[in-house]
Amino acid sequence: MKPLTTEQIRAVIAKGKFRDNLFKAIGVFCLAFALLVIVALIADMLLKGAERFTLDFFLNFASRRATQAGILSAWVGSLLVMLVTALAAVPLGVAAGLYLEEYAKRNWITNIIEINVTNLAAVPSIVYGLLALGIFVYMFGFGQSILSAGLTLALLILPIIIVATREAIRAIPAMIREGSMAVGATRWQTCHYHIIPYAMPGILTGVIIGLARAIGETAPIITIGALTFIAFLPPVPFSEIDGGGSAGLFDWVMSPFTVMPIQIFNWTSRPDPAFEVNAAAAGFVLMVMVLSMNAVAIYLRYKMRKNIKW
Amino acid sequence: MLNSKLVSALAVAGVALIGAQSAQAQVIKVDGSSTVYPITEAVAEEFQKAKKNAIKVTVGISGTGGGFKKFCRDETDFSNASRPITKSEMELCKAAGVEYIEMPVAFDALTVVINPKNAFLKQATVAEMKTLWEPAAQGKIMKWNQVNPAWPDAPVKLFGAGADSGTFEYFTEAMVGKAKSSRGDYTASEDDNVLVQGVSRDVNAIGYFGYAYYAENTAKLKALAIVNPKTGKAVEPSAANVENGTYAPLSRPIFIYVKAKSLQKPEVREFIEFYMKNAAALIKEVKYVPLPAAAYTGNLEHVKKNKIGTVFGGVNEIGITIEELMKREAKM
Repeated sequence: MKPLTTEQIRAVIAKGKFRDNLFKAIGVFCLAFALLVIVALIADMLLKGAERFTLDFFLNFASRRATQAGILSAWVGSLLVMLVTALAAVPLGVAAGLYLEEYAKRNWITNIIEINVTNLAAVPSIVYGLLALGIFVYMFGFGQSILSAGLTLALLILPIIIVATREAIRAIPAMIREGSMAVGATRWQTCHYHIIPYAMPGILTGVIIGLARAIGETAPIITIGALTFIAFLPPVPFSEIDGGGSAGLFDWVMSPFTVMPIQIFNWTSRPDPAFEVNAAAAGFVLMVMVLSMNAVAIYLRYKMRKNIKW
Repeated sequence: MLNSKLVSALAVAGVALIGAQSAQAQVIKVDGSSTVYPITEAVAEEFQKAKKNAIKVTVGISGTGGGFKKFCRDETDFSNASRPITKSEMELCKAAGVEYIEMPVAFDALTVVINPKNAFLKQATVAEMKTLWEPAAQGKIMKWNQVNPAWPDAPVKLFGAGADSGTFEYFTEAMVGKAKSSRGDYTASEDDNVLVQGVSRDVNAIGYFGYAYYAENTAKLKALAIVNPKTGKAVEPSAANVENGTYAPLSRPIFIYVKAKSLQKPEVREFIEFYMKNAAALIKEVKYVPLPAAAYTGNLEHVKKNKIGTVFGGVNEIGITIEELMKREAKM
């Protein structure tokens, strides 16, 4: 083989550099496109819905008149459903992830469980809705309540939390575990003082990403029977009920409800075009809710990582 | 510290489950058709205002059929319906021991719409609509002049209701002659606003949906006059033409079905009385055609005398006029 001349070598390098730059340009274009889409979406909703951003919009119930209709029952419903979801999914998910990583023996049963958890994350949300309709709404008799909805969404995000917990635990070096056990800590003490605190940033990120997904879900909530028109809020614990007595601490979980995505969907399908403004405004509020949840996740991860000193 | 948090979270969840079955405030539950929804929503809104929120009303949308399923399972107090109850639904209710009082509340005019720039379409007959929409037309009737030689050699763009809606059921039965029998190669959507957009953007488009969607979009759409098969005259959809019975066969009554057992509860009875007293004004506001005052007092009369059942015998009838409906309800 003849040695390459200087020109030939230069040509090869130039070709390589050109490809390099081309790939970079494609990458930047893709990124810009993705960003542009989300910015355009948010800006569009903000501009369309601008005239509805008043305090009344947040404090009014749904109405047949677009200008008087608000999202009070929807945002309260969304928050309460998220509360139930978090209370049910976080302990279960974290405990399951911890068990699979730290306690479970490596055998075929564990393998089957692992494969199933990963697969569960890919099950369409409507399937969870159908499952919940049968189990929570009818079998357990929870009815069309905040409790049913919260538990349904908890099932939906459970795999996400389990997977995130396991990833976070796996990222902890084995020497931490070994060091803890070497000085006589039990397995639980190791988990308590080392594994869980160090895995916390990753777990929290998973939890919040899961909740951010759940808050935008519509299909399973419609399946279990969330309402479209509801002009009252769930009972506040210990408040007075009409007809005597006071509400119990947990009466609100059995209350009928609606959530943001359903309210938005209802507004987009109404004959009066004025409701499109409401839908845009409510869409923007929902986006802000999701984005601020993500922001909290990023902040917590940053803050907690700083405190880990290995 | 963290495990104590976990434990308390679990405890809270546990108590929530146990406390779940305790006291619930009085709530009137309504579900069913999306067509009737705007009316019941308006009444519920006004009722709660009038009662200072002492009585609570919830309204869901799960379609006429879905609403009846819940109603016959004894889950709701009354059901919104854009068609009369069917035989199989009557049997379901009977099996569950659910008795009901049928109350017509308004009329809707299914409206065939075209683009406002369309110059050649002034009116259409049921036969022409059948040629255009019947299953045999699929892939064959693609140009306007295939339906009527007087119309131009231009492509037909069809927009219609999705197969799960009562609107689709009624339109196909009235135009094609058999419920749910329709060509499939058209733009179908459960969201009528999609159809409004589609027809308003294409000169050669034609579509159909409830009158309210046309009434809110008169600047973008034109309503097509349909020839009444009995009189041979083309009639445009309007409140007046529905009232005098000339807009046929696309006028249809819409109903609420109230559970007889629920009517023993004072709050439900009060709500139904409020509904019948205020329906006419509110129905006009949401762009439906109210019934004569006698219909609403007749409904309340049925409540007083506890007249249970339906006047339709489980069959969806096409082209019934307000007058005929009134006569039939009075005989009950």
